[in-house]
Amino acid sequence: MAARTVTALYARRRLRNGLTMGLAYAATGFGLSWLVLILGVLLYNGFSGLSLAVFTEMTPPPGAAGGLLNPIMGSLVMTAIAVALGTPLGILAGTYMAEYGRYDKLTTVVRFINDILLSAPSIVIGLFVYEIMVARMGHFSGWAGAVSLAVIVVPVVVRTTEDMLILVPDTLREAAASIGLPRALMIGKIAYRAARAGMITGVLLAVARISGETAPLLFTALNNQFWSLDMNAPVASLPVVIFQFALSPYKDWQSLAWTGALIITLAVLTLSIIARVFAAKRRSS
Amino acid sequence: MSSVTAYTVPTVTPDPASGEELEPKVLVQNLNFYYGDNRALKDINVSLFNGKVTAFIGPSGCGKSTLLRVLNRMYDLYPNQRAAGQVTLDGEDILSAAQDLNLLRAKVGMVFQKPTPFPMTIYENIAFGIRLYEKLPKSELDGRVQHALQRAALWDEVKDKLGQNGLSLSGGQQQRLCIARTVAVQPEVILLDEPCSALDPISTAKIEELIDELADDYTLVIVTHNMQQAARVSDFTAFMYLGELVEFGETSNIFTTPSDRRTQDYITGRFG
Repeated sequence: MAARTVTALYARRRLRNGLTMGLAYAATGFGLSWLVLILGVLLYNGFSGLSLAVFTEMTPPPGAAGGLLNPIMGSLVMTAIAVALGTPLGILAGTYMAEYGRYDKLTTVVRFINDILLSAPSIVIGLFVYEIMVARMGHFSGWAGAVSLAVIVVPVVVRTTEDMLILVPDTLREAAASIGLPRALMIGKIAYRAARAGMITGVLLAVARISGETAPLLFTALNNQFWSLDMNAPVASLPVVIFQFALSPYKDWQSLAWTGALIITLAVLTLSIIARVFAAKRRSS
Repeated sequence: MSSVTAYTVPTVTPDPASGEELEPKVLVQNLNFYYGDNRALKDINVSLFNGKVTAFIGPSGCGKSTLLRVLNRMYDLYPNQRAAGQVTLDGEDILSAAQDLNLLRAKVGMVFQKPTPFPMTIYENIAFGIRLYEKLPKSELDGRVQHALQRAALWDEVKDKLGQNGLSLSGGQQQRLCIARTVAVQPEVILLDEPCSALDPISTAKIEELIDELADDYTLVIVTHNMQQAARVSDFTAFMYLGELVEFGETSNIFTTPSDRRTQDYITGRFG
């Protein structure tokens, strides 16, 4: 082959390559800088308010000292109930789609609807639960809050369960069938085991997703200034308290709102990191 | 083109080598198989003799793996796959709708092209299948696991690491683990679908040795791309081409005096 020299054609291609790469780097840098800025401001404003009192005292009236114990507990309990309600539903539906009905029309329909639900504005979900629960019960409640969060959990878990089960190779299913394993046992003992890390990741991502949701809680759990774990009554939650306190004119409330925002962000960050570690484990095993 | 060369289904035929009587363990009659509208097997007639090794050879896409997957009805896992005709195991029609698939597959085990250990420990890989059908005390289960691993010539290599994940073994070891898993369920027939095509020559030699040993107790059916392998391990060989069973007979005859032109072309390397 003849020796290659830098021709005009090649020089142009190299220039274009350099330009495109430069643009890609600039776009990444632009996007990341905002993220860093947000995290920085959050840390700067929220960190100073972090103290033991935040985790041990109730939300204060303006001008008094206090903490975020009731919204933290409220968020934890409602999130736990939402996951307990949404995960089994999501896993069962995802299992149907990947294992039993993979070639069925119904699965295509369910997947389409699930994708819509996945991207539905959460305020619509809040309104929906307001209609079917709050309006009928006649009052706001922690149950309604948990249900609206569960409605957000379900499509995330359905999606990840289906995706992860589809990744399990058919040869493994055939191997299980080849020793006379009934399908239900194959799914429970083999397919779930092979897809476990991915499915747990899905649940963790769902938790991360709902822990910052405000809109659906505004219409359902509302808020509560006092310590209450009565799920039949309004329950405080971190996002709603942040919303209320941040919009208030009081300096100490605003400071608590920053701290609350920092707590949520750190919690979601931790969950995401755990989810990534699980995902990495899945790939390496 | 006429398909099977003047070949009729043998019922009981004397084995010219030893004079013993051969009885068919599995009898395939007028079997047709369809992937949707695509006819992949055409009027297959063949018998797999009890306690013998039968090899299916032929170029890619000739239907040999498809035929194998009919024998344990593995195709039933998928929609739009359909078999028509008659396949009997010990005289019982396995294609009938009444056939219990799990029991059939416990009787007709299968080893796949790629090793497929379950995502669990080496011990559990074996014990899992045993527990499906038998409730055994721990000591007896241990004994069965050991026996299965010994049959698969794997025991000495794994006896000190039974608690490790089956996926941590090498490819050849994984394949022997899969054979042990199949043997542990105590099947009567073992189907081997190109069991060595993903393995190196040393592992292949070990598996072939193993096939020889297993042949004493089981009816074996092996699909292979490798004609030397078929010649080495099998008693009977069937040559398939384009969904037809062209020729079936004793391995020594097929490889020395094939009666069909296509068989001759294939084994002499003229195509395929």
